[in-house]
Amino acid sequence: MNRVLRVNPIACDAHGVCADLLPEMVTLDPWGYPVIAPEPVPAELDEHARRAVASCPTLALRLDRERSPRHTS
Amino acid sequence: MTAVRSAGAPGHHLPPGQLPRLVAPGAPLGLQAHADRYGPLPAQPARPARPALAAGPAGLIAAVERAGLTGRGGAAFPTARKMRAVTSAARSGRGRRRGGAVLVANGCESEPASGKDAILLRQSPHLVLDGIALAAAAVGAASAYLCVDGADPARADRLVAAVAERQQAGLPGPPVRVVELPGGYVASEESALVNFLNGGRAVPVYVPPRPFDRGVGGQPTLVSNVETLAHLALIGRYGPDWFAAVGTRAAPGSALVTVGGAVSRPGVYEIGLGLSAGELIELAGGAAEPLQAILAGGYFGGWLPLPGAAAVPVSPPGLRSAGASFGAGVLMALPAACCGLAETARVLRYLAGQSAGQCGPCTFGLPAIADALAHIAWQGRDERAAEWLSSLLPLVDKRGACHLPDGAVALVASALRVFADDLRQHLTRGPCPDAARPPLLPVPRRLARPAPGQGGPVVSQGGRP
Repeated sequence: MNRVLRVNPIACDAHGVCADLLPEMVTLDPWGYPVIAPEPVPAELDEHARRAVASCPTLALRLDRERSPRHTS
Repeated sequence: MTAVRSAGAPGHHLPPGQLPRLVAPGAPLGLQAHADRYGPLPAQPARPARPALAAGPAGLIAAVERAGLTGRGGAAFPTARKMRAVTSAARSGRGRRRGGAVLVANGCESEPASGKDAILLRQSPHLVLDGIALAAAAVGAASAYLCVDGADPARADRLVAAVAERQQAGLPGPPVRVVELPGGYVASEESALVNFLNGGRAVPVYVPPRPFDRGVGGQPTLVSNVETLAHLALIGRYGPDWFAAVGTRAAPGSALVTVGGAVSRPGVYEIGLGLSAGELIELAGGAAEPLQAILAGGYFGGWLPLPGAAAVPVSPPGLRSAGASFGAGVLMALPAACCGLAETARVLRYLAGQSAGQCGPCTFGLPAIADALAHIAWQGRDERAAEWLSSLLPLVDKRGACHLPDGAVALVASALRVFADDLRQHLTRGPCPDAARPPLLPVPRRLARPAPGQGGPVVSQGGRP
């Protein structure tokens, strides 16, 4: 199943671990917060993505099934 | 128990094409005057006078769906879909207690330029309370909250009195608690309201779980704008065809709009959706001086250039396809002798200050955008300033838990588009003289807000183009 990376922007404290562990999919904005590639995580990066999720100090990074959790109402 | 005399036969109702529907001119309607104007609430379950209402609570949701009612709080989400999400969450026992649901009526109106919810709650409190009773029955909510801005304590007192009046008269409906919210732009965002009612701060939370799944007290919660509920009360009485007798096929029904800026009679008006922006400006007394643009949708909306924008239909789909939004129905007219960049810069400063400070891109990005725009508006002579500003927008867009950053970015993007000529002049020769003009758009300095659109007349006009 396709998985996408998402960050809980309230929980994120800009530690930047995700960008270190998964530079292929995560870059940092000028304030140090992760900008995450919207594409599904490719199979060859799956393990790295899992490690990035597990290493986030604030547990802000998640691997989600590919559906938008953003509320629109 | 005081019985409320119901006027006329059960079929008594307002003529379908007549506006205003929601806000009668004159004094605020007490319970008796309200019953005289609108007739009795349909019983639950409704008598099969109209097929759409025949099936009781489920019938109301079907009627709301057929009517095409969308949320009037800003997002224009289909109301029936929201109601169905709550009922199915309640039925599947996703709440803590199986089957229960909660209704939250949102009357906080945190959009500084909007005044329509305040006028609705003052003039027609019982229409909103009718809507609460009907919607609560339809989604199976045993309790309801009516949330208003705490800046005006008299408003809450009047609503508490109206709730008590209904209890004494023995009207059906769940107990309604009137709750005063602290001010602030994001305090009335759906998840912020629910968080506050659960004992937390009135700041947005990261969803999911969404309120319709697990909201107040962990129960499936219907959060609905007070104007939406007032329309729902009329759909419950008169049916979907009556509702859609004004408006357009794509945007049926009427809506309250707040018209401000350089018009002769600023105020709150009820229009059939789809009335053109030009007609709405005429309705508000016409332009008070030559105009260059309108801001549609409030501070989450967008600028549209005149004269072209005069033909744009004032409705959610009409404004969306023009590059703005309907939002909570705010339309501000910008005179030619005003600097749109300076106006937008002040609004951005305000929005940056309204960030709850929870999400990094919003906490740091909005002030950076506000600084960059202020630099262009009041300093200028810097060819790279626009490039810097444009590079900041995607770094903030859609990167918060709520839609504050997205709305602010859309507003700035529309300003750069619509005031492109001004922008070039600011960048090359410095600020235009109009940048020093006093502010047109209301920007609250503190949490207490001025009363926008105050004292404006409530008149109305059908809007089938």
